[in-house]
Amino acid sequence: MQVEKFYYDNKSVRMFGYATVLWGVVGMLAGLLIAVQIYLPAANFNLPFTTFGRVRPVHTNAVIFAFVGNGIFMGVYYSLQRLCKARMFSDVLSKIHFWGWQLIIVLAAVTLLSGYTSGKEYAELEWPIDILITLIWVVFGINMFGTIITRRESHLYVAIWFFIATWVTVAMLHIVNSFEVPFSWMKSYSFYAGVQDALVQWWYGHNAVAFFLTTPYLGLMYYFIPKASNRPVYSYRLSIVHFWALIFIYIWAGPHHLLYTALPDWAQSLGTVFSIMLIAPSWGGMLNGLFTLRGAWDKVREEPVLKFMVVAVTCYGMATFEGPLLSLKTVNAISHFTDWTIGHVHIGALGWNGFLTFGMLYYLTPKLFNTPLYSKKLATNHFWIGTIGIVLYAIPLYWAGFTQAEMWKQFTEEGQLKYTFLETVTHIIPMYITRSIGGLLYLTGVFIMVYNLGKTIAAGSFIGDEEAEAPALPKVPETHGKQYWHRWIEARPIQMLIVSLVAVAIGGIIEMVPTFLIKSNIPTISSVKPYTPLELQGRDVYIREGCYLCHSQMIRPFRDEVARYGEYSKAGEFVYDHPFQWGSKRTGPDLARIGGKYPNAWHYNHMWDPRSISPGSIMPQYTWLFDNKIDTALTGAKIRAMITLGVPYPKDYDKIANDDLVTQAKSIQENLKKDKIETPGNVEIVALIAYLQRVGTDIKAAPKQVASLK
Amino acid sequence: MLLKDKFMKFINYLEKITGVDIYALTSFGIFFTFFIVMVLWAWKADKKMINEISQIPLEN
Repeated sequence: MQVEKFYYDNKSVRMFGYATVLWGVVGMLAGLLIAVQIYLPAANFNLPFTTFGRVRPVHTNAVIFAFVGNGIFMGVYYSLQRLCKARMFSDVLSKIHFWGWQLIIVLAAVTLLSGYTSGKEYAELEWPIDILITLIWVVFGINMFGTIITRRESHLYVAIWFFIATWVTVAMLHIVNSFEVPFSWMKSYSFYAGVQDALVQWWYGHNAVAFFLTTPYLGLMYYFIPKASNRPVYSYRLSIVHFWALIFIYIWAGPHHLLYTALPDWAQSLGTVFSIMLIAPSWGGMLNGLFTLRGAWDKVREEPVLKFMVVAVTCYGMATFEGPLLSLKTVNAISHFTDWTIGHVHIGALGWNGFLTFGMLYYLTPKLFNTPLYSKKLATNHFWIGTIGIVLYAIPLYWAGFTQAEMWKQFTEEGQLKYTFLETVTHIIPMYITRSIGGLLYLTGVFIMVYNLGKTIAAGSFIGDEEAEAPALPKVPETHGKQYWHRWIEARPIQMLIVSLVAVAIGGIIEMVPTFLIKSNIPTISSVKPYTPLELQGRDVYIREGCYLCHSQMIRPFRDEVARYGEYSKAGEFVYDHPFQWGSKRTGPDLARIGGKYPNAWHYNHMWDPRSISPGSIMPQYTWLFDNKIDTALTGAKIRAMITLGVPYPKDYDKIANDDLVTQAKSIQENLKKDKIETPGNVEIVALIAYLQRVGTDIKAAPKQVASLK
Repeated sequence: MLLKDKFMKFINYLEKITGVDIYALTSFGIFFTFFIVMVLWAWKADKKMINEISQIPLEN
């Protein structure tokens, strides 16, 4: 057979590798900053773009989509070419993909810091960037499928299946969750509201973890562990079962982020059941990775690349054991809204994604630059500092989460709550400090890696186009014994894509369609009315400043929460909330019943300096809200967008909305004057106070008017 | 108003879902069948082919 000569494109791999390191450092620095802000409010610098609520999305987006994202592309561009025995389909598409993705990252950082956010975690980017992401993702898809179609290897190795499933599922998740109605060139409202928005968001959030942080990295594990240990995967049969079971089950588990909330109970139960089932494929995959190293543990002792990979896979196993545990209602009642969750995700982020990325970087850099690694010793030091960093990061947060949840639930003998919310926060400050030290150690390890890789690169000579040879793919594929149906699929990438899409779409459809279309799932409450124009403006300020990142708006039906915050939240209360603001973490107290709890003057002073009202509070100051004017030019467009979404404002209300806004602002202004506070009526703090005083009050107007199901 | 009229607003198409069990049973059926077939395939697949595929990453 004719042997063809061709060249692997290493330039794209190198570019993605550099980007991985750069954005890793940036994202982790942002993480370190917000970790310090939590115990040192002065580190917010009293500036809008350095305050926690805006930096936190920068941290999460940077580490997920910039650091891990570029890590995925680096690994895929390297392994896919070699598994297909073909150069990437198009050099031009590779370049567009690379630069397009970096452009998205820069735009994301700038817009998030400027306060442009959709208010949905891990999907904060606004609509023009959402469109750009879609386009670049399609470019990546064409480049990947083009490579697969022009391959010289008849089999599709299991890693490629994971890449295909990643591509198709991320596309689906991104498009469905990003449905929004723009009201200005950079701002929009989520297409969904309340419970439905929450379900879509956590279907997305959970599966972004699954299909952006897990499946592509599993594909890379199935390539790089055999490669680095120079032995085939422990069981290829197991990897087939692992793949199908994982992508089939994962997609159902999203509602476990919403246990005890106003989400219909059947959806919560479905989420729990599938979360428990997830242990099986997750651990199957982990063991497959670890057993690949059977008889090669002497190599692990010598080789830092393998050390990183072993700990990465172990952390994957820990996180995927803990995940199902956390989705048990009894455990979730304790863990949810606390730092336990933050500890959990960082085992995955720092251990699984971080360490596998470092392993790949240490493996690839010497290969691409045709020289041994500058220092194995430094790499081993990085490994140990990083590992200690993970331990120091996670354990204090587990401790903090568990302690705080227990304190929330304590009652005195007289039946009173034993601790104020603030007491439970100040109690865990030492844990927060230790966590930030763990993060600092981890980042120090990264800097050691940067130095080590830099020295390696300086000593080597880069092979941009690596020569390779392979025979062309025969027209009639070779056969092995009997042919089975799976063999039919696995030689056909497009069919693989379709079957994967069906497998991942089923779970989402079965959970969402009934929640959207059936009235009995969201009982209406007649006293719940749309927000006034001033409240809507205030709500947008609340979203812009990222308040939902520290304050939930979801009171669960527990004795302590009802005693602390008020009546538990009902699904029907959120029907006009585009987007929903339930939150996922209580660094501060829940705000679902904040309306009417304190006078306007309290909020005014509290937003100016939280510590003047609550000594020891860790909330940042929001002094710019006292100068920023309410953007009344957008009021009409906002109302029109809401009408489009089905919010029942009167006809042509957008034209007179600003009159109502001014009237309501004036009444707040006069109310504040009684407390000797002089403020203009057209500043954002007034709108924010209007919103906060409204939250959760509608139900009080007519508490018994829950509509029957007819 | 166009969007509102033409697209789903996702509210109140049905008052109730009747025979809801059939959805759960069907999905479980699809799910279960798929797995059995897949596991059987993985178990019975030709050993030579499995070995050959698992060697792909080590080739270059």
